[in-house]
Amino acid sequence: MIVEPILTRAVGVEGGHLLSSYLERGGYQGLKKALSMTPDSIIDEVKRSGLRGRGGAGFPCGLKWSFVPKDHPKPKYVVCNADEGEPGTFKDKVILECDPHMLLEGMAIACLSIGAEAGYIYVRGEFVRAIKILEKAVREARRDGYLGRNVMGSGKKIDIFVHSGAGAYICGEETGLLESLAGHRGHPRLKPPFPAVVGAFDSPTILNNVETLACVPHIITRGADWFTSIGPNPKNTGTKLFAVSGHVRKPGVYELPMGYNLKDLIEKVCGGIPDGRSIKAVIPGGSSAPPLKPEEIDVSLDFDTLAAMGTMLGSGAVIVVDDSVCMVKLTQRITRFYAHESCGQCSPCREGTHWLDLIMKRIEEGNGREGDLELILDICQGMMGTTICVLSDACAMPVKAFVEKYRDEFEAHISRGRCPMRGTHG
Amino acid sequence: MKRHFPPEMESDVQEIFSRYPTREGALLPLLHLAQKTWSYIDRETMDYLAELVGIPPAKVYGVASFYTMYHRKKPGKTHIRVCTNISCMLKGADNLLAALETQLGIRAGETTADGRFSLEEAECLGACDRAPVFMVNDDYEGPVDHLLLAKILSGEPS
Repeated sequence: MIVEPILTRAVGVEGGHLLSSYLERGGYQGLKKALSMTPDSIIDEVKRSGLRGRGGAGFPCGLKWSFVPKDHPKPKYVVCNADEGEPGTFKDKVILECDPHMLLEGMAIACLSIGAEAGYIYVRGEFVRAIKILEKAVREARRDGYLGRNVMGSGKKIDIFVHSGAGAYICGEETGLLESLAGHRGHPRLKPPFPAVVGAFDSPTILNNVETLACVPHIITRGADWFTSIGPNPKNTGTKLFAVSGHVRKPGVYELPMGYNLKDLIEKVCGGIPDGRSIKAVIPGGSSAPPLKPEEIDVSLDFDTLAAMGTMLGSGAVIVVDDSVCMVKLTQRITRFYAHESCGQCSPCREGTHWLDLIMKRIEEGNGREGDLELILDICQGMMGTTICVLSDACAMPVKAFVEKYRDEFEAHISRGRCPMRGTHG
Repeated sequence: MKRHFPPEMESDVQEIFSRYPTREGALLPLLHLAQKTWSYIDRETMDYLAELVGIPPAKVYGVASFYTMYHRKKPGKTHIRVCTNISCMLKGADNLLAALETQLGIRAGETTADGRFSLEEAECLGACDRAPVFMVNDDYEGPVDHLLLAKILSGEPS
């Protein structure tokens, strides 16, 4: 089943990012409707839609919003996480560049649901083009009264600011992001307190991913029932953006119903594997997601199915790896990334990521020792559930899975003292 | 000479402060503005920003060194960031980086003696459908092949 595009309507439309084009598509009707609703009924509608966070964790969006205290003396904020940095992920950029007003409308509705008057979009610093497009969209929306001191004549005030990150994967973690927004190093905070109570500038805050917020105007305009009619079950609803990269003929961002089949995505939507090769591994949700073997890819791409298989939907970043690739080399690229991005606050992560990388590197270089694989698995065990944020787990989970699922390749590297695939890969 | 944003930028600086409920919130955008103005962030700039924001210099050093996009030494006129993360690695990013290193005669992290080029090995740049991808100053380029590479190194606009 392919549904009509919801989040990608403006892709390929000339000037689709402009306010005039957005209004032609029925833009800001959700905000207009939300202005006539009570905050509680907005949250209820989002809850009933089954919308879950598209940033990686899949937390129910409406429930998150309902945690914001109603009678708090401090100002409240809505923060959009546009710090798209999970390796393999490039789907939020499509919304930021092609349909920025959809995001602004979603944020404005989120502001109404908790009584916030300001929102921040934290965009990764490298997205210079997206930042310019967003800033222009904010100016347009202010000029025409969709944002500003008197939103659509309601007397309500909503301002949205674009904030550029500066290059740190950890700022995609919600509390790391909030620290960074406040002008600090992006060191994640212990939770609780959760951002709903102590968030941006120590005030109650809603924090959601770009794609999550972009769904909101559609849910308000067309209703929760319409949203739940898309997807395999009431816990996995709506469409999902899949960013497919690696060894497929047609890499790109595809909007499909939640629960679309992974094998069909690779073979039918993305044109299959080029060069007469076959699949060796598929990473279904960004570099933090444990890989699936070729015999495991006939599955529904939804939060719960993938979790039951020991991996995750994550950000919806599908990386396809063909049989020319050495799994040891691939895994070492993963450990190197996390070792580089660990913020260093917690010992299991700061030490664990570096030790994993060191050991992986010596195996890759042909200097692996007997017992290294047990050592890797032992380190992984110590890295999971022991730190302030989940970066540590995000490294340990895929490393453990790669070693377990492709163990013979790791063992061959150690016993032969070289890559058994040498000559077949770079 | 002591650092100071030129007078014509005063309104930009004030606009940045107006976005945040705290003075400190303006630090990251001010570092970006400083880098745009002086091409990198040196000790004097950090001391100036500390005074401007009203926080200890050590906090500014801490922040400036935490984020990879702030250059603490002068980059080349053309700064090239090559992604070598998974999706780009699968499409030959290692060879691309090696080719750049050979042609420019520098290693990743260095700047050519004439100051024209600097090279950086980057983590995922978020454009994996264009792998192997790299950034030339603020622009994404990819998929990169030898023709595109030659064009960029010759200084032609792409």
